[in-house]
Amino acid sequence: MSNQPANNRGATGKEPVAVVGIGQTHHVAARHDVSIAGLVREAAQRALSDAELTWADIDAVVIGKAPDFFEGLMMPELYLADALGAVGKPMMRVHTAGSVGGSTTLVASNLVASRVHRTVLTLAFEKQSESNAMWGLSLPVPFQQPLLAGAGGFFAPHVRAYMRRAGAPDTVGSLVAYKDRRNALKNPYAHLHEKDITLEKVQASPMLWDPVRYSETCPSSDGACAMVLTDRAGAARSPRPPAWMHGGAMRSEPTLFAGKDFVSPQAGKDCAADVYRQAGITDPRREIDAVEMYVPFSWYEPMWLENLGFAAEGEGWKLTESGATELDGDLPVNPSGGVLSTNPIGASGMIRFAEAALQVRGAAGEHQVDGARKALGHAYGGGSQFFSMWLVGAEPPTG
Amino acid sequence: MRDIAIVAFAQSDHLRRTDECSEVEMVMPVLHSVLAQTGLKTSDIGFTCSGSSDYLAGRAFSFTMTLDGVGAWPPISESHVEMDGAWALYEAWVKLLTGEADTALVYSYGKSSPGSVRDVLTRQLDPYYVAPLWPDSVALAALQAQALIDAGETDEPALAGVATRSRGDAADNPHAQLPGARPQGDYLVRPLRTGDCPPIGDGAVAVVLAAGDRARDLCERPAWIRGMDHRIEAHSLGVRDLTDSPSARLAAERAGAFERPVDTAELHAPFTSQEVVLRKALRLGDDVRVNPSGGALAANPVMAAGLIRLGEAAARIQRGESDRALAHATSGPCLQQNLVAVLEGEAQ
Repeated sequence: MSNQPANNRGATGKEPVAVVGIGQTHHVAARHDVSIAGLVREAAQRALSDAELTWADIDAVVIGKAPDFFEGLMMPELYLADALGAVGKPMMRVHTAGSVGGSTTLVASNLVASRVHRTVLTLAFEKQSESNAMWGLSLPVPFQQPLLAGAGGFFAPHVRAYMRRAGAPDTVGSLVAYKDRRNALKNPYAHLHEKDITLEKVQASPMLWDPVRYSETCPSSDGACAMVLTDRAGAARSPRPPAWMHGGAMRSEPTLFAGKDFVSPQAGKDCAADVYRQAGITDPRREIDAVEMYVPFSWYEPMWLENLGFAAEGEGWKLTESGATELDGDLPVNPSGGVLSTNPIGASGMIRFAEAALQVRGAAGEHQVDGARKALGHAYGGGSQFFSMWLVGAEPPTG
Repeated sequence: MRDIAIVAFAQSDHLRRTDECSEVEMVMPVLHSVLAQTGLKTSDIGFTCSGSSDYLAGRAFSFTMTLDGVGAWPPISESHVEMDGAWALYEAWVKLLTGEADTALVYSYGKSSPGSVRDVLTRQLDPYYVAPLWPDSVALAALQAQALIDAGETDEPALAGVATRSRGDAADNPHAQLPGARPQGDYLVRPLRTGDCPPIGDGAVAVVLAAGDRARDLCERPAWIRGMDHRIEAHSLGVRDLTDSPSARLAAERAGAFERPVDTAELHAPFTSQEVVLRKALRLGDDVRVNPSGGALAANPVMAAGLIRLGEAAARIQRGESDRALAHATSGPCLQQNLVAVLEGEAQ
C-alpha cells in the first residue's frame, strides 16, 4: 500500500485533490440482475477503469448511502468490504440523509487533502428495489411529526410557500421537469428516458402532492456512483484530464425550529458562501459554467438558484423561465437530467458531484456543456437541513 | 502533521433501560459536560461529527433528532458516520489535520433497550446467504471463542478471569453498568457463559478534540493523538482466521503503536474471548494495564462503546495515570473491523 505511516508527514498546507476516475451504473427501477455487492462493484470498476488504476492502487474506501432501512441491511459496509476491495484497508461509512453522496465525497477528499492517504475510492449507492423507500421514510415515531407519506409530502408545503413568496406562476415547475427529462435523453446512465416527453404531458400528469405533479417528481432508482480521488502526484499520472477540487463544504441546521426558513435555509446559503470563498468565486452567476443541483421535485431548481446565490431572492423562477438553465443556456442546470431523472437516493448527491467533475473534464458526452471550466455539485438532505457542495475546475487550484 | 489532542470526555451512566428518556435527552448531558469542561460554546466548535445507527433507533434519519440537541444554529459544519463514534472521531481528526478547523465535538449514542440487540445485529450480515439464518452476535462470538479454545490459545477458566478482572476494575467506574464481582453464570452459547458476554444497555459519549496550542489552552494535560488508523477484514467468517486479528495488528502498526511500549490499553472487546485475540494482535504484554475502566464487559452501549475507549484512555492521560495509551474500537461480527489510536501525554 502506498500510504505513508500516520506520523511521518512533514508537508504543511492542504494537498490539492483531483478526480481521476468516475464510474456509475446504468440506473433503473430494479436491478434484478445484480446483488447489492454486484451493483457497487460495477460502479467502482468503472471508476478504476477510467483512472486506469487497479484495486491495489486504492489506499482507503469511503462509502455512503441513505438510511439502512432502504435495503433492510444494517451497516452494509461490513458486508461490502470484499466487493469493494477494501479487505486490509480502511473503510468508512458516511450517512447524512439525502446529502450523503456529497458528504461522502468530501470525507474522502479530506483523507487526500490531509495527506493521510494518497488515493481514495469513494462510492455511494442505493438499491431501492430491495425494499420500499416510502415505508423506510414513514416509520411512526411517537411525539414527532411524521414525514407525511414520503418526502413529497414534507416538501410540497415549502414549494407552495416559495410560490407565494416569490410570486411565481404555477407553470415554472413543469418547465424544469421538461428540461431535465429532455437532458436525461442525452445521458446513457440516466434512469428515465422518456423519448416522447412534451411540456403538455408534464402538465397533464396527475397531481401527487399539490403543487408537485407526478412528472415533477424523482423516480426510485437502483444505482451506484464511484470516484477515485488522488493527490497531485496521482493526478500527474492520470491518463485523462483530472477535475480539480477548488472548494468543498458541509453545513447543517436543526430540522424544525421557529426561525427556520424552509424555502431558503441558512445552512444552504452558508455552505455555498464557504465553497465560493475557498474557490475564489465572487460572482457565481458569471464564473460558474455548469451546475449539478439536487432537485428531487422540480420547483427546487428556482428555489436553490436563489439559495446558492445565482439569483436574487424571488428571482430564481425568472432565471428558469428565461431558459438560462437549459443545456444551451448560459447557466446550464442539471445537464445530466438530474435527480428528477435518476434517484438512487444515497448516490444522488455523489452523482451531482461526479457529473460536475465530468463537465470540467470535458467528458460528459452528449450532455457536455461547451467549454465548461468550473462546475458546482450540490446536495441536500433531511428536512432541508444538511447541505454539501463542491466546486471543481479544469485547472488546478492556485495558491 | 498537526498535533491534535482529546481535551474533554464525558459519558452517561450506562443502564439496562432508559425508557424515561429519548436519545436526545440521553446525549444532552454529555454534550453539556464536555463543553463545560472546555468552556467552549457550540458556536466555538469548528467541526461536529457523530456516530449512531438507524437500526438501533428503529427509524430512518434518527441522527437528525440528536443534531437538534447540539443546537446547530447558526448552521454548523457537521457530519455523521453510521458507525461507532470512534470512526466519527477519526473523521474529525482528519478534518482537523486539513487545517479547516481547530476544534471538534464528537459524540455517539445507542439505545439497545427498545428491541432485541442480538436480533438487530444479525441484520449486519450478508443479506442473501447469512442474514436469513439469523445467527446472532453471541452465537458468532461463541464460534470465535471455541476456535480459540481449540487452538489452545485460552480456556474457560482464563476467560472467566478476564471477566472477573474487568468487572472488578469497573467497581471504580461510576458509569459502568456491571461493576464489581459477578458470577460467571450459565452457558449462554457454549463455550460462552453469561459472564463472558457484555451487558445490553443504553448510553452516550462525547469528546472534544483540539489542535496545537488550542488544546493546551483548553486542557492542562491534553491526550495527544500520535497516530490513528483503522482496517477492515473480509465479512465472511469462513475466510477468516477467527483466532487472529490481522486488521487490528495493521491498524496498530499504522498508528505507530509498536514504535514504543504503551502502559495502558482500552480495548473494545465485548466478549472475554476477544480480549485474548486483541492482546495477541496488539502485542500487549502482562505489564500493560488493560481496560482499567472495566471495558465493554462492564458497559457496552452499541455505537458508543468504541468512542468511550478513546475517551477513557484520554482521561487516564489527563489524570496523569498514563503517559502512552492505546485505544481500540471494533465493529462487525468477530472483530471484522478495528480502529487503533495511540495517545500520549507530555512529560509532567
